[in-house]
Amino acid sequence: MRRFLRPGHDPVRERLKRDLFQFNKTVEHGFPHQPSALGYSPFLRLMAIGTRSGAIKLYGAPGVEFMGLHEENNTVMQIHFIPDQCQLVTLLDDNSLHLWSLKQHGGASELREEHRFTLKGPPGSPPSATQITAVLPHSSREVLYLGTESGNIFVVELPSFRVLEDRTITPEAVLQRIPEDNCNRRSCELVEALREHPKNPDQILIGYSRGLIVLWDLQNNKATHHFLGSQQLENLYWQRDGSKFISCHYDGSYTQWPVSSDNRQPEPLENTVPYGPFPCKAISKIYWQTTKNGLPYIIFQGGMPRASYGDRHSISVIHGSQQTAFDFTSRVIDFFIIFSSDPAAEFDDPSALVVLAEEELVVIDLKSAGWPAVHPPYLASLHCSAITCSHHVSNIPLKLWERIISAGSKQNIHYSSMPWPIDGGTNIAPDPPQRDLLLTGHEDGTVRFWDASGVCLHLLYKLSTVRVFLTDADPNDNMNTLGEDEWPPLRKVGTFDPYSDDPRLGIQKIYLCKYSGYLAVAGTAGQVLVMELNDEDAEHVVDHAEADLLQDQEGYRWKGHEKLKTRDGPVRFEAGFQPFVLVQCQPPAVVTSLALHSEWKLVAFGTSHGFGLFDHQQKRLVFVKCTLHPSDQLALEGPLSRVKSLKKSLRQSFRRIRRSRVSSRKRRGGSGNASEVQEANAKFDQDALQEMELAPVQRKIEARSAEDSFTGFVRTLYFADTFLRDSSRHCPSLWAGTNGGTVYAFCLRVPPAERRMDEPVRAEQAKEIQLMHRAPVVGILVLDGRSTPLPEPLEVAHDLSKSPDMQGSHQLLVVSEEQFKVFTLPKVSSKLKLKLTALEGCRVRKVTVANFGSCKTDEYSENDLAVLTNLGDIQIISLPFLKLQIRYPCIRKEDVSGIASCVFTKYGQGFYLISPSEFERFSLSTKWLVEPRCIVDVPEVTSNNHVHNKSGTENAARKSSPGDCGEDERKSGRLMEHALLNDEKVLKEIQSTLEGGR
Amino acid sequence: EFRRFSLERSKPGKFEEFYGLLQHVHKIPNVDVLVGYTDIHGDLLPINNDDNYHKAVSTANPLLRIFIQRKEDADYSAFGTDTMTRKKNVLSNVLRPDNHKKKPHIVISMPQDFRPVSSIIDVDILPETHRRVRLYKYGTDKPLGFYIRDGSSVRVTPHGLEKVPGIFISRLVPGGLAQSTGLLAVNDEVLEVNGIEVSGKSLDQVTDMMIANSRNLIITVRPANQRNNVVRNSRTSGSSGQSTESSLPSSTPNILGSLQQGEEESDEEDIIIEDSGEPQQIPKAAPTSESIESLSQIELLHESTQNGFLPSSEMNSNHSAGSISMEYEVPEPGRKSLEEDGTIITL
Repeated sequence: MRRFLRPGHDPVRERLKRDLFQFNKTVEHGFPHQPSALGYSPFLRLMAIGTRSGAIKLYGAPGVEFMGLHEENNTVMQIHFIPDQCQLVTLLDDNSLHLWSLKQHGGASELREEHRFTLKGPPGSPPSATQITAVLPHSSREVLYLGTESGNIFVVELPSFRVLEDRTITPEAVLQRIPEDNCNRRSCELVEALREHPKNPDQILIGYSRGLIVLWDLQNNKATHHFLGSQQLENLYWQRDGSKFISCHYDGSYTQWPVSSDNRQPEPLENTVPYGPFPCKAISKIYWQTTKNGLPYIIFQGGMPRASYGDRHSISVIHGSQQTAFDFTSRVIDFFIIFSSDPAAEFDDPSALVVLAEEELVVIDLKSAGWPAVHPPYLASLHCSAITCSHHVSNIPLKLWERIISAGSKQNIHYSSMPWPIDGGTNIAPDPPQRDLLLTGHEDGTVRFWDASGVCLHLLYKLSTVRVFLTDADPNDNMNTLGEDEWPPLRKVGTFDPYSDDPRLGIQKIYLCKYSGYLAVAGTAGQVLVMELNDEDAEHVVDHAEADLLQDQEGYRWKGHEKLKTRDGPVRFEAGFQPFVLVQCQPPAVVTSLALHSEWKLVAFGTSHGFGLFDHQQKRLVFVKCTLHPSDQLALEGPLSRVKSLKKSLRQSFRRIRRSRVSSRKRRGGSGNASEVQEANAKFDQDALQEMELAPVQRKIEARSAEDSFTGFVRTLYFADTFLRDSSRHCPSLWAGTNGGTVYAFCLRVPPAERRMDEPVRAEQAKEIQLMHRAPVVGILVLDGRSTPLPEPLEVAHDLSKSPDMQGSHQLLVVSEEQFKVFTLPKVSSKLKLKLTALEGCRVRKVTVANFGSCKTDEYSENDLAVLTNLGDIQIISLPFLKLQIRYPCIRKEDVSGIASCVFTKYGQGFYLISPSEFERFSLSTKWLVEPRCIVDVPEVTSNNHVHNKSGTENAARKSSPGDCGEDERKSGRLMEHALLNDEKVLKEIQSTLEGGR
Repeated sequence: EFRRFSLERSKPGKFEEFYGLLQHVHKIPNVDVLVGYTDIHGDLLPINNDDNYHKAVSTANPLLRIFIQRKEDADYSAFGTDTMTRKKNVLSNVLRPDNHKKKPHIVISMPQDFRPVSSIIDVDILPETHRRVRLYKYGTDKPLGFYIRDGSSVRVTPHGLEKVPGIFISRLVPGGLAQSTGLLAVNDEVLEVNGIEVSGKSLDQVTDMMIANSRNLIITVRPANQRNNVVRNSRTSGSSGQSTESSLPSSTPNILGSLQQGEEESDEEDIIIEDSGEPQQIPKAAPTSESIESLSQIELLHESTQNGFLPSSEMNSNHSAGSISMEYEVPEPGRKSLEEDGTIITL
């Protein structure tokens, strides 16, 4: 029989498949995981971020994005744009240099690695001789100056990376030209900073680690000035006119030095320890920005008093009497200032401070009073609080879209109104074909609404459910309430806050009805909230009900967490989604499935104990059904709390590891101790890994029995108007599938609209199907007489879908982790099936119905099942015949969290987490493809004798996909489909824990 | 005593009729007898159903020699392969059963009176170094009881010997089904699961495949101990051409055959509890679908045979375990032994 189900070799179908399906990973949304370097080109107005995994990402105006990956997958240590060019140089931690350029290719340009280079010392020299510590791309664009640990400064020609040996600036040469006696060979060890004179390209400033600073004349190969700093040097910065420069030091001080022709060994003008007098931490980078009004901006990183504030990640801005130390939530990787890039301008006039912290990007508006933060249009920190679930809604009606945006804009009033300052390039991608929302649920009880229509994943609105509950943490007790007279003047910025006050608040399931604006949200402690969109603030009482899912089962004791305490009396809610009904499951186990029917005004929810149906119009519990197996003790005692705590402790240990790694990551040799610790850490990790590999792995082969634990888990809930009892009358029905392979069907009687408040909703159990293979049921779907999935509630009412065929016979599709089965309705008899696990050994992790349109013609589209397996493969399976169409490897099978986080859209796209903070977007459809397309306008090169490639306009698109079928065809497709599933993150975790134990 | 009579070769009829005829010819209408015949190789083979009766008639050349024994003093060991070598003995045993009268006789009932626990199948199409074992799982009383692990094995490839990853049996649970069969042993390499090759699949994948097929698990192994292999003699000329060195059991008919088997025989029936309009008959708190009380409500589902994908000939051809039953049916005793294995149920 298998051979009949094998993808046929019908040439027509094969051709059609090519027109329908195509796999592309298109964009990475969110914030790069473990960023390690930052670069900025004032000329291109592009920002570059490098990561510890060797990725490099360029960002400009919203929608302008490029990405590259170093083959070596080594940490990117430094990024430097070549002045006035579409080129940049990266330094990796294996001491290799890489030249990247934005080049046109086939009508679109891409970021490409052009050359790579590793500096080689003379034979026999120690590795430190060529260990690069500082890079200076010279404004002539011809050479790079490379400062090394040995104190040598090598000169390398671009783009060939040929070492110009005769131009090397050796410590010996420098020392010879300094008349001082108190300078010795050791003063010229380790080049800490190289800075070109802002006016005279023939002079560079060389800062050595021990404090010696030399102004070097490249033409005459001599030191014109030298400056004797007493403290270990951290960094240097020129004043715009070149008359002064500023140095910052390890002891938390900074010093201004004059540069004039009459004194070749000047004394410092000013030496300040901004947060003295007690010992301070190093100032690792400093900017000195001039303004028209004469008061400079001094902006520096670090320098906090060592004892009391040494653990803060701060950047201080001093402008006249104003001083603020921006306090970041995570380690500062690097920062830059956006200032007037016009070389003719007299002053810097800084406009924005851009800070790359380890977990988020923060941009501060320096022009507006109070220096407010700017809301970034991209690089959102998805993991401000850990993502616990996600839900995608396609094609949002404009009205709802606007209302969500308006609710969101009321939350964003504290942001600056400044336009996004990093605005290089132009986004030429067509407007997104439709408005899509991605909703993410978080551990802290919030739901974030993201605009997922285009390339930039942009936060529209944030909903918090915390207000409904009484928690230990007082919401007013935040850390921003530092007194005005506090010193240092710390100000918390950024939104990254991974520490949840109460894990019970975590959001596990989300369901949004895009037509009615009803939103159902369910959480870790069995709480189910039904919300309505309200454009105004309001104060009201949330109706509260309890659903006892154990019913009369006796002798069970829940050993997990307690239910959440609710607030009595009216609660004030801000504009947006406001809860009006709260159902709390008893026992308060995590909600594992959720369904909302906005037309019938019913919400169904399930946990590991059973499921219930709530009428949110009459605010009455319709029924509950216990699904527990009598022998399933584990579910009763609260296994979730155990899993949860395991997860928590794991996370904590990861945090510990990360912290220890992060603790000090100066360059190697700089502080040998830290790097030793790091090495030891790495070694330990490796050993642990090896140990794991060596341990004998064996798997028990045993048939699944009814007595297995967790069989009662309700995995999926589904509302359908179908023929449940007889083939003449259809009625509303509720379907539930459990972990033990049982499907329950309930016949519902919903009173007509005019008597909706008067008569109760009734439910009767009509069917119970036990799948003999007992695999967890992960999806239930009813197909109408034309074998089309039933439309969503209100879809027909809004004229957005054909009404379902109620004449022909309906079919029931049950998807378990192992098989797909089609049954007839109303008399349930098996019609078709596709066995996945028995044949391939893989299991279904996610399944959704997706609509695929042909890229060739607008007329044709079809519904298929998009399936993600536990091996990370994506399969497309046809409806209603259940034939495998195509298979793509998508996620590594080891990436359990990536697989668990995957969410499909209704038009064949999808998202999954590639790190805690990044969603990868992929597309299975030839028609619906969201990927960046952008142009980078290269301004006319101003001052130069240099002719380089006259590419006036660079057309750029990242990851240009093969067979990009053009955006003209991306018109609105048909609107009929139905999602089977919400994602099931927690369940998957449990599942994987279980499987691991097996 | 000997009787000689003729049969229409083209229309042999049913075994029941033949049995009746024999009883009539021998004038032993109320005596249970065992019927056997010698095939072309001289083996003594039983005739006890339509299929082997037809086979016997079709291979008669031209004479069909039939042996009849009283059931109570039948010698079952006389049947089977390799009886050719013992032919003389067999015949003497059959003809002069009093030779054995001295020994205490153990009465063993016919194979169909047993519930099969395991079987070696496809002996004729597999290389001699391989063994295809079928495990029959009944309910939950006895665990399958084995573990598998990753390992590496040496294969003969066009480039010479190569070390490739493989899946091996790592442990047998004492008292489990796998151990009790004696057909599987620790360090046997698993080559196929229900007809699907496991090479290139991870341990977890193979685990999932085995569990998904656990109700009718057919695993092809290369036994670690190669000394107990079936030694085939000349009559298996049809498929013995396969090199015994080639470790890849990749002949097409082989895989197809097992695929079909896997598909047809591993189907299980889902259960539905219908509740047509009378919810009170099934209490809401009915603990599980398997409750005995709800037996009357249980309706067995027609499985995939109705969908037209399965030619009925395939169904019939598969007589070894093709009959079906469910736990919930009240089946005839003979079929009971095969519960949960089959494909079709018609109620």
